[in-house]
Amino acid sequence: MEPATQGVTFGSVVIEAILGVLTLLIVLGFVTYAIYFERKVIGWMQGRPGPNRVGPFGLLQTVADVLKLLIKEDTIPKKADRPLFILAPALTFVPAFTVLATIPYTSKWIPADLNVGLLYYVALSSISTMGILLGGWASNNKYALLGGMRSTAQMISYEVPLVISVVGVVLMSGSLNLSTIVEGQAGYFWNWNFLPQILGFGIFVIAAVSELNRTPFDLPEAESELVAGYHVEYSGFRFAFFMLSEYVYMYAIAGLTTVLFLGGWHAPFPFLDFIPGIIWFVLKFCLVIFTLYWLRATMPRIRIDQLMSLGWKVLLPLSLVNVFITAVVMEFMK
Amino acid sequence: MHAGEYVVVLVFLSLGIILPIAALTLGRFLRPTKPTEQKQTTYESGNEPVGEGQVRFNIRYYLYALMFVVFDVETVFLYPWAVAYDKLGLFALVEMLIFVSLLAVGLIYAWKKKVFKWNSI
Repeated sequence: MEPATQGVTFGSVVIEAILGVLTLLIVLGFVTYAIYFERKVIGWMQGRPGPNRVGPFGLLQTVADVLKLLIKEDTIPKKADRPLFILAPALTFVPAFTVLATIPYTSKWIPADLNVGLLYYVALSSISTMGILLGGWASNNKYALLGGMRSTAQMISYEVPLVISVVGVVLMSGSLNLSTIVEGQAGYFWNWNFLPQILGFGIFVIAAVSELNRTPFDLPEAESELVAGYHVEYSGFRFAFFMLSEYVYMYAIAGLTTVLFLGGWHAPFPFLDFIPGIIWFVLKFCLVIFTLYWLRATMPRIRIDQLMSLGWKVLLPLSLVNVFITAVVMEFMK
Repeated sequence: MHAGEYVVVLVFLSLGIILPIAALTLGRFLRPTKPTEQKQTTYESGNEPVGEGQVRFNIRYYLYALMFVVFDVETVFLYPWAVAYDKLGLFALVEMLIFVSLLAVGLIYAWKKKVFKWNSI
């Protein structure tokens, strides 16, 4: 919610802390049911029932999985670099949750209305790569090391087109503030950024799927060649934190896509204006999440050489071209 | 813009730190701890681990990291330019075009030098 404008008082800090805990609970609930629905939706797409044993319709499946991870023995290999091994999962998770502070849900509900919101997001989200690299290195395992190196190479390669593809949006709204970007898309679906920025939108979605390490770009998880990549040696709740941050990033990316390209809380048609903004935000958010599941059920994994050449030889030049097309068109429209 | 917004960031940051600590501490009371010599060995597909785990790896990763630094620093210039573009106008557009084409030459050079060619692990 909108914080008090007069400044920082003890009361306002307490309120922010309560709202922060509330957001944390919402995110944990989201992750629990995102995993359930992912398994369910992919099950249906492949003609299987999906999880249906634990609780009604299998609704408690993820709860059972988390409980199992919590009471599982936590083994740290003798040869591992202990402090770094312990630090790595936390280092991956902390930025994943911290970036959520800047996502505006409605015109009233903005946790932190930062004027550099977008920069804050892209700057923090790259710290997670360090956690993955550190986890791979500290395990002192050949598979983990190669997996960590590969993941890092993939994530830094796709971060470049990801951050350049949103420059077009920044050009059009003249601000890095996420709520100002949404206000700039006021109106109906033909005013939203995904139409004028269709090239940027495409690049953003492809690069985002890769940043999330999801199919068809889930090479870090290449179980057939690297066993499980950077988290081979992790077990129990430390492993759970790597998985958790992956899903928290899914939440963050779905929110960011909604805010940057899909008009945030605005309704798609004039006659639908009576439905509150938060419903529209949630619907668009769910659409993005569903698309990620759909991609996973449809696409095979691509090879590492194809992945790298797609990032550097196709997406990067295209994202730069997109920036200049947007700038030139804006110059002529003035 | 006021300090209140950064209090929220601080709240999120501290919650992000507290959650792993709390969950792992809670887990310590619930999980069994029966370490054996076998359990604590490094996994290597069921074989005895051969040599060091932190093996030498391909130089290619370093080249990717260099390319990343070049283009990520570029975004440091692109973002402020994009925010202020309405006020800067045509001159700034030409300037940015020259700057990016200089980097594009570097990209083409790296491409020709087969930096982006992936040959083995």
